[in-house]
Amino acid sequence: MGKYVIKRVLLMFFTLFIIMTVCFMLIRILPRELPTDKVQASAIASRWEALGYNKPLLVQFGIYIKNIFLHWDFGTSWKIAFRQPAWDVLTGRLLPTILVNLYSLILSIPVGIGLGVFAAIKKNKWQDSLISTMIMVFVSVPSYVYAFLVQFIFYFKLGWLPPLVYSLADGGGSWLTWKMFVSMILPVLALSFGEIAGLCRFTRAELTETLTSDYMLLARTKGLTRAQATTRHALRNAMVPILPMIISSFIGILGGSMIIERIFSIPGVGQLYIQSINLLDYDVFMMDCVFYTFVSLLAGIAVDISYGFIDPRIRMGEK
Amino acid sequence: MSIKKDISLLPSEKFKFVQEGTKLSDKKFDNKPVGYFKDAWRRFRKNKASVVAMCIIIFIVLFAFLTPLLNTNYDSTFKDIYYQKKAPRNLFLSQFGICDGGTNRSFSESGLIKTIAVGIAAEDKQSNGDLTIAQGLKSKYQPILNLSEPVSYIDGAKNEKLSYPGRVEVYYEIGFIYKSVEQEEYKRIVEWQEKTGLQVLYPLIEENEFYPDTTDANYWYKAVKYKDQGVMPVSTADGLIKRISYSENMKLEDNYMRDNDGNAVFYQYTGGGNINTAQYKVRILYYNYYIYQNGFEPEYIFGTDSVGFDLSLRLAGGIKLSLLIAVCVSIINFIIGAIYGAIEGYYGGVVDITLERVSDILAGVPFIVVATLFQIHLAAKVGAVPSLLFAFVLTGWIGTASRVRTQFYRFKNQEYVMAARTLGARDRRIIWKHIFPNSLGTIITSSALVIPGVIGAESMLSYLGIVKLGGTNATSLGTLLSDASSIWTNFPHLMVFPAITISLLMICFNLFGNGLRDAFNPSLRGVED
Repeated sequence: MGKYVIKRVLLMFFTLFIIMTVCFMLIRILPRELPTDKVQASAIASRWEALGYNKPLLVQFGIYIKNIFLHWDFGTSWKIAFRQPAWDVLTGRLLPTILVNLYSLILSIPVGIGLGVFAAIKKNKWQDSLISTMIMVFVSVPSYVYAFLVQFIFYFKLGWLPPLVYSLADGGGSWLTWKMFVSMILPVLALSFGEIAGLCRFTRAELTETLTSDYMLLARTKGLTRAQATTRHALRNAMVPILPMIISSFIGILGGSMIIERIFSIPGVGQLYIQSINLLDYDVFMMDCVFYTFVSLLAGIAVDISYGFIDPRIRMGEK
Repeated sequence: MSIKKDISLLPSEKFKFVQEGTKLSDKKFDNKPVGYFKDAWRRFRKNKASVVAMCIIIFIVLFAFLTPLLNTNYDSTFKDIYYQKKAPRNLFLSQFGICDGGTNRSFSESGLIKTIAVGIAAEDKQSNGDLTIAQGLKSKYQPILNLSEPVSYIDGAKNEKLSYPGRVEVYYEIGFIYKSVEQEEYKRIVEWQEKTGLQVLYPLIEENEFYPDTTDANYWYKAVKYKDQGVMPVSTADGLIKRISYSENMKLEDNYMRDNDGNAVFYQYTGGGNINTAQYKVRILYYNYYIYQNGFEPEYIFGTDSVGFDLSLRLAGGIKLSLLIAVCVSIINFIIGAIYGAIEGYYGGVVDITLERVSDILAGVPFIVVATLFQIHLAAKVGAVPSLLFAFVLTGWIGTASRVRTQFYRFKNQEYVMAARTLGARDRRIIWKHIFPNSLGTIITSSALVIPGVIGAESMLSYLGIVKLGGTNATSLGTLLSDASSIWTNFPHLMVFPAITISLLMICFNLFGNGLRDAFNPSLRGVED
């Protein structure tokens, strides 16, 4: 197991390195723009010269990697937050993204799994077909449609909740205040519909499979009631693939959702990504690319490794 | 022994030969043999939801392709800058109370008077301004469709005010505009007016102290801007300026420009040299001017979009583009995935490991990063749509390839494959003739399920503005939605139609794909019966 984990982590960093190389080359060959102000432009130009932006690409990449290892320096933002380290710009945006997605996960995991279990138990009855239809609809409809829908219902019709997430100043100076939480309810809802439907579908599929398996029959023959057999045997086995999925969504919350962040004007990582493209702030863009790649790779190996931990019968990496 | 005895008791005349003289052979099957695809199709048809989904998809595709053909009034380049963001309007359907070009609105007193005044002025053919509100409300060009009882509310300055909820026809609401025409054009309009009986030219307005906004051609009545209530009509009958408030019988005093004989002035020289280039300022009723220009009344069944295009055509264009991209991606993925997966699965060993590593690395790149990089690098050279296609194709085939690979691992060591090899079949023949057909069902399913994913991703990218697909000829559903995103509360149709379309497309393609998956899955055969 330990060997397998180490192998996977090393492979992950190898993949990350290759993707970083390609991204770096593709981003660095883009022409950079200097501001129109002459004094500032010459200052920035000389700064770029000193940072080695005019050297050959491979040398630049060497400098980039060296800086990451020696100073944890991923480059500098030239547009979004002038001359601040790209790493700081990114980490400054992490908290709102994480909060919104965390709230959404806290809401959707119990609801999604609960509905899925309910649907599986009531398989082929009207409750099941109702839930299955809803799942189909909610999985398919894009998240921005929900976003508009919840804005329409809860802001324009009922007037209960603010349509956008407050800025830090309006929300009481911290992301964790109650006022901030209230303004985050709408994006959380908009994110949760799809998440709930996805979890519910997965749970239902897994549980119906385990409910019809032979050991359930054995459990019932042994004298367990239906509820006992379901909770002790079927649910535990169904959880084997469900838990890794939840773990990967917990890692996925770092990435967030660009669309939801944009509609509700949450100053998160997704917004930063869009901003960095629109303003052509290449170092921040590179930082964002590395971050997204890292998060998705991490989520991938977390799933594989957690299988082995959750269910010792599964031996990962065996031939 | 007893049985034998019993038989021997039977008389011999009770026996006869089953067949004599004719040949005995197996019965021919009455029914036709059922192949793999026929069987799948039969099972697919049993799935009601998928069949309905397929019908809706066909309907949407027909809509996308037929709308430009059936819409004889407009083509995709037709754009009207005055009729932007207008609500759906269709003269036939408006008899049933839908698509009447109306939106609900709450009017302030001054706004209500101004809106009603459009109808009064349009009706006032003699331009002497002696119609009352009640008469004006009956006009064909009256923007107010219906009006409810006023509601009182407290405004920001703590004054009690009335607001008038009502429904307004947005095509009439534009009312009058100023336009600069040459003499020739003016003559043509007058000629057309006489021929059709529809009035386009209306008198100009005197620019005096009763004209609060000289660019707004709808203030034809004497009005003054007040601090608390906005622009309100005034009466100057007995030398005093008196504010008039809204009532059924109120009369607005006209402020038309008149010549020395007291006749209304219809045009004014504004500049230009000779007789051909001289420009005249005229005041026109835009609705009739539209008919004069185009030969038909404005009818947009889905309304117009934020720049004045017919929304139904924009939608059709968006659907076509989405489907085009999705189908292309799905076909290309099918081909690349099949070849890649076949080579991986068939040869195995070092080839497999190397190719797997490559696809692992590709799979690790987040799609949004790929799409962005392709857009930045390629959009200027090959256009936005092809570079989007490249982005989808770069990583899209990995899923298909891994499915094909699994199927190859399952089948490549089966006896019939060995038999084929022993008989001297080449690798290529074994791959495509003997093993590949086994994986066809799974690939078709995954190709069908690629389509909703691509549609969703494409609309997301264009919504975020990473891919810029807005143009005169083609647009994307995502672009339409993102155009609507900040203004849709006032113009709900801009949001509702694209949102419904994209949701329907996604739901139906998902259902359709699921139906295909179940139909092609042999392990489910007989389970559901």
